[in-house]
Amino acid sequence: MTKSTREIVIPSQYLGETSEFKAGSGTLIDHGKIYAKILGVLNKHPPYVNVVPLKGRYDPVEGDTIIGFVEQAMASSWLADINAPYPALLHVSEVPWKVEFGETEKYLNTGDAIMAKILSVDVEKKLNITLKDRNLYKIQGGHIITVGPSKVPRIIGKKGSMINLLKKYTRCRIFVGKNGRIWIDGEDLQVSNTVQAIRLIERESISYGLTDKVEQLLKSLS
Amino acid sequence: MKSDIELIDANGKRLDGRTNDQLRDVKIEAGVLHRADGSCYLEWGGNKVVVAVYGPREAVPRHTQDPLRAIVNARYNMAAFSVDDRKRPGPDRRSREISKVISEALEKVVLIDLYPRAAIDVNIEVLDAEAGTRCAGLTAAGVALADAGIPMKDIPVGCAAGKIGAETKDGKVSGGHVVLDLGKEEDNFGDADLPIAISPRTNEILLLQMDGHLTVEEFNKAMDLAMKGCHDVSKLQRDALINKYASDVEEVE
Repeated sequence: MTKSTREIVIPSQYLGETSEFKAGSGTLIDHGKIYAKILGVLNKHPPYVNVVPLKGRYDPVEGDTIIGFVEQAMASSWLADINAPYPALLHVSEVPWKVEFGETEKYLNTGDAIMAKILSVDVEKKLNITLKDRNLYKIQGGHIITVGPSKVPRIIGKKGSMINLLKKYTRCRIFVGKNGRIWIDGEDLQVSNTVQAIRLIERESISYGLTDKVEQLLKSLS
Repeated sequence: MKSDIELIDANGKRLDGRTNDQLRDVKIEAGVLHRADGSCYLEWGGNKVVVAVYGPREAVPRHTQDPLRAIVNARYNMAAFSVDDRKRPGPDRRSREISKVISEALEKVVLIDLYPRAAIDVNIEVLDAEAGTRCAGLTAAGVALADAGIPMKDIPVGCAAGKIGAETKDGKVSGGHVVLDLGKEEDNFGDADLPIAISPRTNEILLLQMDGHLTVEEFNKAMDLAMKGCHDVSKLQRDALINKYASDVEEVE
């Protein structure tokens, strides 16, 4: 990566002509001109021009693995809060247990955390999630923290470099949900170190050489 | 309303020493609140406004939801201590009207189609009022929406123009000056006030209200002045947002 300053762009900022670039994520086209539509960092990846968001809500995408909290148990389904603008529906046919009608509360109740996958998102943004897959389950034990969903790629790092670094130094089990919720399990002290490191990543998510900084912090803590 | 105050002198200087096309001092700061998704603090002359944005989140009560798009709920509220005499707290006719026109103006720039069934709440709190609070509120709301990371076509901006210093003789109005950004006395004792809000990239008008009387020529002149004012304030909005986040980048160089 070249070491040039990353440019902050704001909505309605002019980014280029459609004849020159292709409008990527976070951009909009008006009369053949490309403008930013969100506050973010400019990322020119010829021929694409993208804006990587700095802030904002989680936008659910089919197939994402996420961490949710059960909000409500209904007769044949549950509603879960997945940090999106809308609650997600988990139907009894999408859990690995055989649930009798009206007995949903025996399996999952308000406040329970689940590792789930987004099954579908329709045009009305009605969300369905599932627990029927490998590595999907009801979470027991550990800690869950929430970060901005836009910071998730930085916490994972290139090919998982950042998260592997965290795991190596803290010996914690960590899982990062696409919706910005992070599950951490390990020794109490190590968990608090991990949280500190993650907060550092969150604060300085757009700076260069972040991996080295995090490594330094983790070394000083252990 | 009639008074003996001379709002504008022979040299074209106004009560607070401004010329006819001069704005009051505007100061904008983005991201001032911790709990809100986006926020902005704005000072415009003697006006002090804080805006907090929440969302998009599911609209409640359910019947307010629109299955095709998000709704923008702006709530304009004046603090009890924002005016000379204590203002009775809570929404009144005036603040409900302003909430409505600001909501409609913001819906035109936010990409509401992306969030069906959702609501975006914009809370505008006027802490100190000195004429032109609706423009100040809308301007701050634009910055707070961008700060919340909400996709939008443009950052809306508001500004007012008006007419002061006209004389009335035997029912005939004569004279008067078209000026930019009315102050408190000018608003109270002036002849007309024309607040507008625009989308500065396209010059589309998002809000246009008028209080008082203007001839067609005066109206056109006031519109041009207000447009120019909007573009000036728009620059300050951009600077506020970029300054807030650019510091994160510079730290590492």
